[in-house]
Amino acid sequence: MGLNGAAPSPGSAAQEVVIATRLDHIIGLIRRYTVNWSRKNSLWPMPYATACCGIELMATGASRYDIARFGAEAMRFTPRQCDLMLVAGRVTIKMMPVLQRVYIQMTEPKWVLSMGACACTGGVFDNYAVVQGIDQFMPVDVYVPGCPPRPETLLEGFMAIQRIIDADGVKPGAERGGGKGLRMEISPPAGGGARE
Amino acid sequence: MNPLDVGQVLEALARQFADLDLRPAPLLAREVSGEKQICLRVPADRLVEVMRFLYDDGRCRFDQLADLTCIDYLDYSGAVDRFAVTYCLVSTEIGHRLWVKCPANDPAPEVPSVTSIWKGADWPEREVWDLFGIRFADHPDLRRIMTWEGFESHPLRKDYPLRGRGEREQFERVSRETA
Amino acid sequence: MSMSPSTADSVPFTPASYAPAEPGGDLWTLNLGPQHPACHTTLRHVVELDGERIVSCVVHIGYLHSGFEKQGEHLNYDQYVTIVDRMNYVSPIANNVAWHHTCEKLFDIEITPRCKVIRTIVAELARIQDHLLCVGAAALDLGALTAFLYGFNEREAIHDILEDLCGSRFHTSYTRIGGAVCDISDRWPQMIRDFCRQVPSAINDLERLLNKNRIFVERTRGIGFVSKEDAISWSLTGPVARASGVRRDLRKDEPYLCFADNWDGKGSSPVDFKVPVADMGDCYGRYLVRLEELKQSLTIIELLVENIPPGPINVGPADKMTLPDKSEVYSSIEGVIHHFEKVMTNRGFAPPAGEVYGAHETPNGELGFYLVSDGSNTPYRARCRPPCFMNYQCFPDLIVGHQISDVIAILGSMNIIAAELDR
Repeated sequence: MGLNGAAPSPGSAAQEVVIATRLDHIIGLIRRYTVNWSRKNSLWPMPYATACCGIELMATGASRYDIARFGAEAMRFTPRQCDLMLVAGRVTIKMMPVLQRVYIQMTEPKWVLSMGACACTGGVFDNYAVVQGIDQFMPVDVYVPGCPPRPETLLEGFMAIQRIIDADGVKPGAERGGGKGLRMEISPPAGGGARE
Repeated sequence: MNPLDVGQVLEALARQFADLDLRPAPLLAREVSGEKQICLRVPADRLVEVMRFLYDDGRCRFDQLADLTCIDYLDYSGAVDRFAVTYCLVSTEIGHRLWVKCPANDPAPEVPSVTSIWKGADWPEREVWDLFGIRFADHPDLRRIMTWEGFESHPLRKDYPLRGRGEREQFERVSRETA
Repeated sequence: MSMSPSTADSVPFTPASYAPAEPGGDLWTLNLGPQHPACHTTLRHVVELDGERIVSCVVHIGYLHSGFEKQGEHLNYDQYVTIVDRMNYVSPIANNVAWHHTCEKLFDIEITPRCKVIRTIVAELARIQDHLLCVGAAALDLGALTAFLYGFNEREAIHDILEDLCGSRFHTSYTRIGGAVCDISDRWPQMIRDFCRQVPSAINDLERLLNKNRIFVERTRGIGFVSKEDAISWSLTGPVARASGVRRDLRKDEPYLCFADNWDGKGSSPVDFKVPVADMGDCYGRYLVRLEELKQSLTIIELLVENIPPGPINVGPADKMTLPDKSEVYSSIEGVIHHFEKVMTNRGFAPPAGEVYGAHETPNGELGFYLVSDGSNTPYRARCRPPCFMNYQCFPDLIVGHQISDVIAILGSMNIIAAELDR
């Protein structure tokens, strides 16, 4: 994709190549300035709020910090209608399979923002029950640090997702999962501590 | 009234259960006088009887179970029993508070359930079973409440490590390509 | 929906194990949660339905069990306040105050009058925070989004006040053994007065929106009734119990801080306020009790902010409980020694060996801590008696016979905070 620098040599094949690459370039521009632009400005979050960060997430959605200016006030709680999963709060062992399942149920395109120290790394809870970072078991695009992150920090993380969408856009269909994952089995930890 | 003044309760108990060595003592022994939170020691075989008396008797009237927990005295110097299931009883009518401890020991620690007296004992007993491994006889639904299904340890016991035994790392990895 | 066998169950769910009331009857099992907008984060209900009516319910909790109590055995008495913050995360500073109240009971320390007043003010601010969010979230779940936004606006004002107090708007970790991390600034009392002036209009807005709102009243009146005897038997405390007629409030029955007699050692009487008690026992009653408690908290704060006693906020250095002033640490050898005695991990606190229970009337009910100390600087056992856990037990019995939409209304009125529930 993109314009190649060489001047087109006479001959229909080469000219076709130039037209094709120019078309790609134009499609790329269209994608960037319409499709990606509209995607990033109407990201509907899936608020996967488990703990304290959930309250700061609500505060970000409230009037002072107003996530609606980013087009994201439509916090649809169903994964089918959301683009951005905001994992806000600690994820415990009991909750991790649920999180993975909800992630799989989200339709493409989807991004994940891990909000707060607990979702990023386990936070203050370095113990038997808390998963030390959701990125060990599912993909994360942006990490927002803080305990809990201030709403401004969360909005900064949100804007980082917007930059990612702007720059990377969406993977072509061949690279995406094609929905194979929907039938994936996710289960709680094997053996469940039977090592004891 | 002073909520920790349980003199009449102790008298009533001494008369009713003269054969039992209830050993009323403050939870925290201090030389200075001051408010003392009184605790009784009731063996498991007489627990329901004593609790029923504390609930019914006019001088006691402990109609609310404020808390039910357990302490693992494995590393505590001077402890006699390994576990002590601790009950905090409150009387909303009279206003006083009393603590009761029921000891339990390995292997297979078991204590009778008080759900027949206070409905609010249901979940705390399940929690004690889950986190400490103490069975409650006659509990209507004794299953794990906090930890996940398939988990076999009792995490709040002193011999279970803080960071667990690797359970928190045993998940499948969901990647972008598969989902 | 009952799950089809092909999408294998990640969260084990076998309808057969929830034995139906009439075997072979036409009942339908529905799984609400643990990820559900109205399930206040991580609560899971498996309800058995006869059409829209609930026949039975099994509640699964523990989706946020984060090993708080185990963690308490590895952190010292001042470090654990950071964890305690994260229990009732809607009103964190109330947990701080309750935790250190219990620790100070163990250590037998009497904090300064100034500290008592400030702790009481912030505990009442926490009550306002919690009730604003509870009423807002309960209304949000029933569809009244405006009430939620109004509530959050006032909560932001409280966040500003707490940020001025200790630097953190949310998890404050404000208290320490023997006092607090820092004293108030000069503008803090004025911020409180401005807040007290602005909040009544927001409460008024909430009342006008909801009190006589036909939809709200129809969805909450008569729903989720708890009788007084049941409330006591189920160990309910807090506004949920008071809405059922249980006349119990730890601020009056087992007074602490400025609610106790002679709290400043100079004969001051306890702060005067009323405890709202309703006899309706339903969701609407709980809502009304919370609104009234909001107003009473404002009264308490207004009274106290005019009478903040001068003096130190921490107990004196002779007790060796608090960190010394930095000017002492940098200028005297005693200060340095005192500082290191507190800070080094093999030293620090030296409580007596024994057990103690301390409880506060937090916005959700009786928050108690049962501390077992073996004489070392970390607790041997730090048990938290969470009001939500006790309050939530009655839920399965409460919703039988109601409809699914009532489940949401009842859940909203009980104010279940999952972190406090699961610890």
